[in-house]
Amino acid sequence: MSLLEIRNLHAGVDGHEILKGVDLTINAGEVHSMMGPNGSGKSTLAQVLSRRQTYEVTRGEILFNGNNLLEMKPEEAACEGIFMAFQYPVEIPGISNAYFLRSALNAVRRYRGEDEMDAMDFLPMFRERLKLLEMDEALLNRSVNDGFSGGEKKRNEILQMAMLEPKLAILDETDSGLDIDALRIVANGVNTLRNADRAMLVITHYRRLLTHIVPDFVHVLVDGRIVQSGGPELALELEEKGYVGTDHGTQQALSA
Amino acid sequence: MSSDATTIRDLAEQEYKWGFVTAIDEDRVPKGLDEDTIRLISARKNEPEFMLQWRLRAYRHWASLEKAQAEPKWANIHYGPIDYQDIVYYSAPRQKPVLENLEDLDPEILRTYEKLGIPLEERKRLAGVAVDAVFDSVSVATTFKEKLKESGVIFCSFSEAVQNHPGLVQKYLGSVVPFTDNFFASLNAAVFTDGSFVYVPKGVRCPLELSTYFRINAAETGQFERTLIVADEGSYVSYLEGCTAPIRDENQLHAAVVELVALDNAEIKYSTVQNWYPGDKEGKGGIYNFVTKRGKCQGVNSKISWTQVETGSAITWKYPSCILQGDNSIGAFYSVALTNNYQQADTGTKMIHLGKNTRSTIVSKGISAGHGQNTYRGLVKIMKGATGARNYTQCDSLLIGEKSGAHTFPYIDVRNATARMEHEASTSKIGENQLFYLRQRGLKTEEAVSMIVNGFCKQVFRELPMEFAVEAQKLLGVSLEGSVG
Repeated sequence: MSLLEIRNLHAGVDGHEILKGVDLTINAGEVHSMMGPNGSGKSTLAQVLSRRQTYEVTRGEILFNGNNLLEMKPEEAACEGIFMAFQYPVEIPGISNAYFLRSALNAVRRYRGEDEMDAMDFLPMFRERLKLLEMDEALLNRSVNDGFSGGEKKRNEILQMAMLEPKLAILDETDSGLDIDALRIVANGVNTLRNADRAMLVITHYRRLLTHIVPDFVHVLVDGRIVQSGGPELALELEEKGYVGTDHGTQQALSA
Repeated sequence: MSSDATTIRDLAEQEYKWGFVTAIDEDRVPKGLDEDTIRLISARKNEPEFMLQWRLRAYRHWASLEKAQAEPKWANIHYGPIDYQDIVYYSAPRQKPVLENLEDLDPEILRTYEKLGIPLEERKRLAGVAVDAVFDSVSVATTFKEKLKESGVIFCSFSEAVQNHPGLVQKYLGSVVPFTDNFFASLNAAVFTDGSFVYVPKGVRCPLELSTYFRINAAETGQFERTLIVADEGSYVSYLEGCTAPIRDENQLHAAVVELVALDNAEIKYSTVQNWYPGDKEGKGGIYNFVTKRGKCQGVNSKISWTQVETGSAITWKYPSCILQGDNSIGAFYSVALTNNYQQADTGTKMIHLGKNTRSTIVSKGISAGHGQNTYRGLVKIMKGATGARNYTQCDSLLIGEKSGAHTFPYIDVRNATARMEHEASTSKIGENQLFYLRQRGLKTEEAVSMIVNGFCKQVFRELPMEFAVEAQKLLGVSLEGSVG
């Protein structure tokens, strides 16, 4: 059984259809990259998968671990193991990262019928992950994303991913707005978290990220449909030729 | 948003948890208010003549205000006329007048406090907190009296203070809030039935947190308690109050007065967690909480801080204030006020700077949900002689849902050019993006809302004693349920 199966997905916002029949299968351990021009529906796909309710699914189905994802609330999808690294992480002033993450972790554990984690168990785990990702211990007590730079916010997303240990991690344009050093740190984090049980869907505009996170599969989304799929070499090809399949796409060459 | 809204609305079904009624035998005076009622109350309490005279003068003043229809109307709150003749002004559990020990207390009352999570038996109390419990019009129990006595601290019900320490009462009663102060303060002075009294002698650091727990139980009664705290030179005391009431369809009036006096180098820290019954989802019933609280930093280097978490009451009208009379004295006001459903709050503070180099800090966090209306009203007044005075005011509002409102009325009156004033204000909304972010991490909607709100209130919560900060956080969570409509 595949981890994620998307069949003929149609979805949109306010009656405006954005995804027009997406099919995609992702197995555990695989890293898929979704590329495509602005407005092609990449972020919509991420939002639908994490069950954001402002996005309406009009047709099709999504199975996650064999269960109907479209019947789940966002927190249920999260507890089932879907994690999204946000393109624009949200600030929660007054709540420390550690408190926030422990609450989230315990919400997931409660859902799975596991014991909650107290601070004594949590802190060593938190410190270990910080070290693994080569991140600063100051992240422990700072308010969630409050006053963080763009790079710090993205790094914090990866840290959360490391703590919550999802089955499917969706990275929604995690590379946007990052300078090359921040990009490397984020990519290293992601690579560290790659394993045989975890799948990833890396949504990006630029090939640049894919030189750091080398995907197993690359898909090209244009105007709400996957128009091309292939191996990592496809990303390189796209850089040379631009997106194929639409006028819009061919005009927009990829920059590094 | 629609589905988040639905989820949150579902949570509204959770009822006010403190709304039960205790069946006890009450001693109550008939409804209505005239000079005879005052004499009756004073006689019931076996008061000395000076108290009766003070009450009568207060009553006459109030009666003239009532005749002139001078009930304050300037606040941003709306309610029907109050019939002051339709209220019972004295209701007490029928029991032995003076309790030698807790075993003499009506077991029903003891159980009520247990149910509220306020065990009065000393061995069950957390170490470090002494409690005075006020049930309807009278104080029913004060714990740890002996231990406090050793350090010279007087902590007792107001009635006992009138009997045992009349000199102190006469000296300080009305010295901060005179009976002419305002309509509700006049009414309170005339009819107040009990409350807490604290005196901390010179140089004593009160070894326990002092706490009063107010409970309205009887129907059709008003609660008019009065608290007086005097911190003598170089002393320190931290005082906490909590309040709950049963669910009743009619509105009940609570008009309390709190007076604080801090002499040279003394410090008083006063914390409130107010959770009177707020009324139901349609706005029926609930307590009218019309309260006058004021502290006087009379001595040099004295300090008074008010910390309040206001989650209950149908209407809240209160402005815990500081008169900064002594040079270098410090006043602080930290407030969280939450209005949900049809609750209304008009609350804030007054900082009156008289002495030199006086400083004040105001941090106000208003949260409006449902149809709740939340108003911050504050006055910072720097008088002519207050050279070098400083004020910092921060006033933040958080809106939840589409139908709530936040209003801010800061008044600043500066009469000395050396004053330094800072004012910061913000209004924000809990957005769908914040909720979604937290839900994507596995938190349920209500957990997400409560986390955002607790973060918003952190600056105030950290001023509360630890144990109460935890209580306050939980209380906010419960009070917020059903907060998006």
